[in-house]
Amino acid sequence: MSHAPYVVAAWLFLAGIYGVVTSRNMIHLAVCMAVTQSSTYVLLLAIGYVDGGTAPIYRDIPVGTKVVDPVVPALVLTDIVVSVTLTALVLTLASRAHASKGTMDPDALPELKG
Amino acid sequence: MGAVAALAVAIPLVAAAAIAATGQLLPPRVHDAAAIAAAATTAALTFVLVARTGGPRVVEWFGGWTPRHDNVAIGIDFAVDRFGAGIAALAAVLVTAALVYSWSFFEEGGHFFPVLVLLFLGGMVGFALTGDLFNWFVFFELMGVAAYALTAYQVDETGPIQGAFNFTVTNSIGGFMVLAGIGLLYGRTGALNLAQIGRQLDERPPDGLVVAAFTLVAVGFLVKAAAVPFHWWLADAHAVAPAPVCVLFSGVMVELGVFAFARLYWTAFEGTLGEHDLRPVVLGLGALTALVGAVLCVLQRHLKRLLAYSTISHVGIFLLGVGLLSGDGLAGAGVYALAHGLAKGSLFLVAGILINRHGTPDELLLRGRAVGSRGAALVYAAGGLALVGPPFLGVFLGKSLLEDGALEEGQSWVVVTAIVASVLTAGAVLRAGARIFLGWGVGADPLLSPEPEEVEPLERESPQRTVLVAVAGILVVGSLALGLAPGLAPRAKAGAEQFRDRHAYVDEVLEAKRVEAKPLGGHHTKPESIVLGLVTLGGALAVCAWGLRGHPLPRIAVAPLDRLRALHSGAIGDYVAWMVFGTAALGGLVTLAAR
Amino acid sequence: MTRPARLGLFGVGALGLAALLVRAVGGLHGFGGYPGPYGFVLAQAALGERHAANIVASVVYDYRALDTMGEELILFAAVTGVALLLRQQSPERAARREDAVRSDAVRFFGLGAVGAAALLGLLTIAYGYVTPGGGFQGGVFVAATFALVWAAGSYRLFHHLTPEPLVDLAEGLGAGGFVVIGLVGLIASGSLFENFLPLGTINTLLSGGQIALLNWAAGLEVAAATTLLFAKFLEDVMVPEEEEKPA
Repeated sequence: MSHAPYVVAAWLFLAGIYGVVTSRNMIHLAVCMAVTQSSTYVLLLAIGYVDGGTAPIYRDIPVGTKVVDPVVPALVLTDIVVSVTLTALVLTLASRAHASKGTMDPDALPELKG
Repeated sequence: MGAVAALAVAIPLVAAAAIAATGQLLPPRVHDAAAIAAAATTAALTFVLVARTGGPRVVEWFGGWTPRHDNVAIGIDFAVDRFGAGIAALAAVLVTAALVYSWSFFEEGGHFFPVLVLLFLGGMVGFALTGDLFNWFVFFELMGVAAYALTAYQVDETGPIQGAFNFTVTNSIGGFMVLAGIGLLYGRTGALNLAQIGRQLDERPPDGLVVAAFTLVAVGFLVKAAAVPFHWWLADAHAVAPAPVCVLFSGVMVELGVFAFARLYWTAFEGTLGEHDLRPVVLGLGALTALVGAVLCVLQRHLKRLLAYSTISHVGIFLLGVGLLSGDGLAGAGVYALAHGLAKGSLFLVAGILINRHGTPDELLLRGRAVGSRGAALVYAAGGLALVGPPFLGVFLGKSLLEDGALEEGQSWVVVTAIVASVLTAGAVLRAGARIFLGWGVGADPLLSPEPEEVEPLERESPQRTVLVAVAGILVVGSLALGLAPGLAPRAKAGAEQFRDRHAYVDEVLEAKRVEAKPLGGHHTKPESIVLGLVTLGGALAVCAWGLRGHPLPRIAVAPLDRLRALHSGAIGDYVAWMVFGTAALGGLVTLAAR
Repeated sequence: MTRPARLGLFGVGALGLAALLVRAVGGLHGFGGYPGPYGFVLAQAALGERHAANIVASVVYDYRALDTMGEELILFAAVTGVALLLRQQSPERAARREDAVRSDAVRFFGLGAVGAAALLGLLTIAYGYVTPGGGFQGGVFVAATFALVWAAGSYRLFHHLTPEPLVDLAEGLGAGGFVVIGLVGLIASGSLFENFLPLGTINTLLSGGQIALLNWAAGLEVAAATTLLFAKFLEDVMVPEEEEKPA
């Protein structure tokens, strides 16, 4: 099952979006967004893995040892920071919604329609 | 010259950090002045880039990491061509205008507003100039995060929360799609550099992975561009964001989405997808967006939502230009977007003045309230006229280039669609203006959307209205002048050819070759364009008059319009469901085209 | 749209999207078979070119430093946004909730661990380019240390330790400093983020040239930003709003 990690990523992606579509609580929605984003971590890291490779840190391994791709951890690091920022923003909006409307149900939010 | 490109991004960002770091220590005027200075400097730098990208692109490898032997890119590059520099310049100009406009607009926010706007500018410039796929995503998110925060600026009311929330969630999901696409492309090509990816994919038939990667990244950009069915967030965000922020959203941010979509196709995917005619797909997308946006525009009584739907409709027209997959179409879209950005910006600024003065964004409630505001009325009328694009004014040049392109490709229906869309949107804009500034029109109109809630004017001393009107006036004059700017059309066409030339892109980026510009052709306005421009003017005036009468329509036409409007429920679940459906549909269409 | 209609629309779309994704991942190499070339080129070259033992750090702070700059500023923008959105409206604060931890055991062990946690965080930042770790990871650690002060102590203690002007300044310095270091590279070596410092010896703290500096700038910024985020949310909860205005 050499493609299993990718299928997991696809599943997480869809499951997270399902959560967003059916959410009744903005905090829950923020977490679902994080789940969707985590699917991209899985995808990227799975792509960069090299069979038999170790971490690309040459502290105590000889030069020339097989290591995994060092680029994808950098990408995923950026990805995680983006996720933190988005979660923070959505939670802030949730807090404000609760403060002014008393509810965090995204379906109860709309005042602007049409 | 590469340093100029680097500075164009670095300066707004470092200025934002500096203003924030000294936030508590210095008086607010200093912040605003520093921000304006930074934005103006960035604008100057981008103008230099526009001037110097007439021939070879400006390619800058950050960190000095030029590509290795056998052309593997290991660093990040900026690959600046005329269109990229041009849209970056538009962003900088609009940001400078917005900052001048809000000089006295915001008191209690302190330094937050200029900081976020400068970060937004840095994000936009980076997004326009970069040549690395992941770097593109990073600037996409920078633009996004700053924009989400700016939308919720008046956070004490609940409207902004809804607008900002819908904006954040939809665009973030767009970002996730881009990431997924990046992952797929990296897995296939082992590269993040656009030129290298394009070269790797070149000449190979598109398989499921290529189709999916294209669809996913394209959807992310199309969400930013607010193309139908990914457009749901735009009206909500515009309705609640402060007017100077709306200027930036409608004037340049959504245009960046279209730009990125075009860049994605021509740099990375044309090699593999170019054989399979994607024109029906993109043209269909453009037509759908243009018409849905136009219809919804007419149905609005909230002034800012009206302008927002007009923007969506124009995005559709730009996509029509891109979808022709020809030089003229692309050049037309570019010039059209430039004139539109300036005109729409000025309209939003006037709308901002109106809303703050009279406390409501509702066109019907504003009826006749601004009679006597001559300066604002003049600027608004000029903005509306610029959007109509009568012969030699405003969007006329872009429109005629687009029309020429469509007729060359034998797609005359594109011309019809674009004209219908612009007639409807311009008519609605003029209708609102006539109602507000002249007091014309009936007092009630059941076809229009339900009455929006009252907006309390921001508590602050009344801004210098002359300054506000003057800023809007400068933008609109710029827009009108573009209708007959000499030399703009040949340069736009040359820029479009440069944009579409993927082999030159690869050569210049990866092999440091310098590809000289082809000689500029001429552009002669055809008589057909003049006729079409007059038709548009007449049509817009007719729609305006019809609107002022209350949109009399046969009963059976009303119900579907109500249904269409009701779909825009403001509920995020609906929006995201449509986005998923749209992604699947686009993927399906591209798969079919790629057989 | 009614909920069933929405679910139906999503369901159809999800099926299509799933099909698209499955077809796509079918075209990827099998797990473990990364074909390169980007990763392989860097894995071979980075140690010699940058003398930083942690190759990922040299990717983050050197080869792809522009991405990291963008990421720093994304964090900066978000924290600015949160601070903007959560700004307290009332100038006089309502009474704070009394929340000091009462259990002596929790306070003793919790606050006692603060020192160790802070040290661990700083070490993670400092050795980030030699061992696993880095500015981002260590910065979050340091911010977590402050959170520990709140959890094992009280909001008042936390608030005293994190005065807002100082944290703001640190954040601005970190983010601005990152870009400024890049600009120094531009002036000194001709390209933004081009290394201008001597590369030093592998496996020591003095290695990697500008990587060390950028690592600390990132650490400072992430620590300050995360602390500020935490402080803002905590303030939002701890200092109650005045009564909601009538609907």
